[in-house]
Amino acid sequence: MAEIKLADSKVQELKDVCKKFEYDKGELINVLHAAQVIFGYLPAEVQEIVADELKVNIAHVYGVVTFYSFFTMTPKGEHPVSVCMGTACYVRGAEKVLDEFKRLLDVKVGETTPDGKFSVSSLRCVGACGLAPVVTVGEKVYGRVAPEDVKDILSEYN
Amino acid sequence: MAHYKNHILVCGGTGCRASQGEEIVENLKQAVADNSLENDIQVVRTGCFGFCEKGPIVKMIPDNTFYVSVTPEDAGEIISEHCVKGRKVERMLFTDPETKEHVSDSKDMGFYKKQIRIALRNCGFINPENIDEYVARDGYGALGKVLTEMTPEEAIKIIKDSGLRGRGGGGFPTGLKWEITNQVENDEKYVVCNADEGDPGAFMDRSILEGDPHSVLEAMAICGYCIGGSNGLIYIRAEYPLAIDRLKIAIEQARELGVLGKDIFGTGFDFDVELRYGAGAFVCGEETSLIHSMEGLRGEPTVKPPFPSVSGYKGKPTNVNNVETFANIPVIINEGAEYFASIGTEKSKGTKVFALAGKINNVGLIEVPMGITLREVIFDIGGGIKDGKKFKSVQTGGPSGGCLTEKHLDIPIDYDNLLACGSMMGSGGMIVMDEDDCMVSVAKFYLDFTVEESCGKCAPCRVGNKRLYEILDKITQGKATEEDLGILRNLGNVIKDTSLCGLGQTSPNPVLSTMDNFKDEYMAHVKDGKCPAGQCKDLMEYVISEETCVGCTLCSRVCPVDAIAGDKKQPHVIDTVACIKCGACMDKCKFNAISIQ
Ligand SMILES: Cc1cc2nc3c(=O)[nH]c(=O)nc-3n(C[C@H](O)[C@H](O)[C@H](O)COP(=O)(O)O)c2cc1C
Ligand code: SF4
Ligand code: SF4
Ligand code: SF4
Ligand code: FES
Ligand code: FES
Repeated sequence: MAEIKLADSKVQELKDVCKKFEYDKGELINVLHAAQVIFGYLPAEVQEIVADELKVNIAHVYGVVTFYSFFTMTPKGEHPVSVCMGTACYVRGAEKVLDEFKRLLDVKVGETTPDGKFSVSSLRCVGACGLAPVVTVGEKVYGRVAPEDVKDILSEYN
Repeated sequence: MAHYKNHILVCGGTGCRASQGEEIVENLKQAVADNSLENDIQVVRTGCFGFCEKGPIVKMIPDNTFYVSVTPEDAGEIISEHCVKGRKVERMLFTDPETKEHVSDSKDMGFYKKQIRIALRNCGFINPENIDEYVARDGYGALGKVLTEMTPEEAIKIIKDSGLRGRGGGGFPTGLKWEITNQVENDEKYVVCNADEGDPGAFMDRSILEGDPHSVLEAMAICGYCIGGSNGLIYIRAEYPLAIDRLKIAIEQARELGVLGKDIFGTGFDFDVELRYGAGAFVCGEETSLIHSMEGLRGEPTVKPPFPSVSGYKGKPTNVNNVETFANIPVIINEGAEYFASIGTEKSKGTKVFALAGKINNVGLIEVPMGITLREVIFDIGGGIKDGKKFKSVQTGGPSGGCLTEKHLDIPIDYDNLLACGSMMGSGGMIVMDEDDCMVSVAKFYLDFTVEESCGKCAPCRVGNKRLYEILDKITQGKATEEDLGILRNLGNVIKDTSLCGLGQTSPNPVLSTMDNFKDEYMAHVKDGKCPAGQCKDLMEYVISEETCVGCTLCSRVCPVDAIAGDKKQPHVIDTVACIKCGACMDKCKFNAISIQ
């Protein structure tokens, strides 16, 4: 993968976070949460900084990042689409909705469109099961989504 | 809440917020101001009322009028009609599906009649962001009582006598756990609240934290006193931003009021609570994994013993309890062990919160006495199956549980009965399925989850579940043999017996229970290459009946891949090669001309 240049101000922000947590190894997960808020994702370069600051092995940081599905090493799209695949949504047809997003955007789950506009992921229960199937685009929640609604949802962002 | 004559409670739960709950609050406040009623009416944002299906919910106090499916545009009318003219807005009232009559008070609705609210006592009643409202409803009274009137041993005895068992899934007696942790000698001990809520399709714990965070904080402090610890940690999913916010506010307010912090109630007892964030790993709900995760490590389970009560967070004695378990504690202290023990069955006392979802009319959050039957829950509270379809199965216990059927509907729900019929209580997910659900696909859905969430530490779970998934996949494609069914069962049993932690020990349950209860459906896939429910894409084709089709063109307009051709008023035809089997056409056809073959 090509080297990524991280903005100095953001790097400083991350270092400040590490300092705030007193460079405590036990706070690694909290530090990574903060790092993901700062950078939007956790590329190798960010993991290296965290490893250096907390004085832990980079392999350990990588092991933790890959273990937890909340952490991502690829940047999300400008409009991240998440289709709820919790059981309540699944039995009300979420899979067909997900298939339709994948088909229209021509991406797989976890991928971002080449123009960086949309990424598609699945998540497990957003707590609005009464509205199943549920889709979120960024902060916005769409309820009772049918496959034929997908086109309209995407067009809101085009 | 004293000085306002009227209160308008607006649901601020996740479900209702997703349908413009915030705008409703804003518009109501505006309408109150427009009518110069600021001194009479207070608009309060509460936690989930439970009846999420009919959200957003707005409830008028003191007359208890319960408005359903409210939109932001309705706000003006609620104020001008209900508050100013004193007339109920009929069209926003709930309509009883049987009598077709409007019901205005929630306690007269089928959904609420059989519920008993202990853990959810404040959800939908108070503003979770205002500690005074919690205090006004006996909040922190139980903590005061325990600290000033009881020894830890006396308080533990009350919890033991109440019969409360852990609501996180295992059902371990809570009082006993506290006693064990109390008896381990150590000058530093931890109270941990498990708010990881990994079961997909369940939102009980989240709703309690969003609707009544102080009940959990109060209980954690009581637990701290009982076990002899002053540090509380809440391990909460990072995916729950609203619950996190409300907890942060609650902790802040509790510190200000002096019910958290140093020298609580002047008794010399110190207790404080911090948050720790999960990062999306189901196995982290398991208590040993959870502890490793809080220590900044990969959340892999370790063999018990040692139990966390003896050696947990940072090697210190750690008492782990679930959110709902904690939420019951203040009531048990205030009302007494006998009250709590008077509800429920012989071995399962009190109530249980369930997230009722799936193909049911009243999706929502319910709290019912232990011992209630599945039939009462699904048909009386849940209002039966959606769209007049036929009940097929109900799944409890999430990925660790099983699918029950018609014949289990009259069994009283408790820990032991559910286990005996091949499922389990679990944390409270309850998913109802109808005739259109394919049970092989459902089992596959859960196995897909398990495979993704297995931490990979032990082979039976890591490799075995993958094999189970592959066989299920073969079945749904019509490529499996009867021999495969035998392998499925044997392998499932091996995984259960040999896995290291609870995830692997229960992961085959969805497969084994569906094999037991829906044998014919498995056989239909294997022997006849048919999916009776019409869900398995590889085993079906959508066809339009030439006789029935009136050529209304609706189907061809909804088909996402333009697979349907036909002239107006002429029978339409589906191109089976282009068709992606999305089912949209069949849902839309008003003439039932489209079927699956
Ligand atoms: C795979 C797995 C996942 C679990 N997930 C949760 C969970 O999400 N929430 C929870 O409270 N307990 C969960 N548990 C149970 C916990 O290990 C533990 O028993 C519980 O938190 C103890 O609290 P309780 O006695 O109050 O139920 C899980 C267990 C296993 C094996
Ligand atoms: S049973 Fe599964 S989740 Fe549990 S330790 Fe083994 S591999 Fe990990
Ligand atoms: S919607 Fe039904 S009736 Fe109308 S054209 Fe399609 S198949 Fe025929
Ligand atoms: S099932 Fe979907 S893809 Fe196939 S014909 Fe109907 S609408 Fe088109
Ligand atoms: S399962 Fe999708 S919102 Fe709960
Ligand atoms: S979220 Fe409003 S009733 Fe449940």
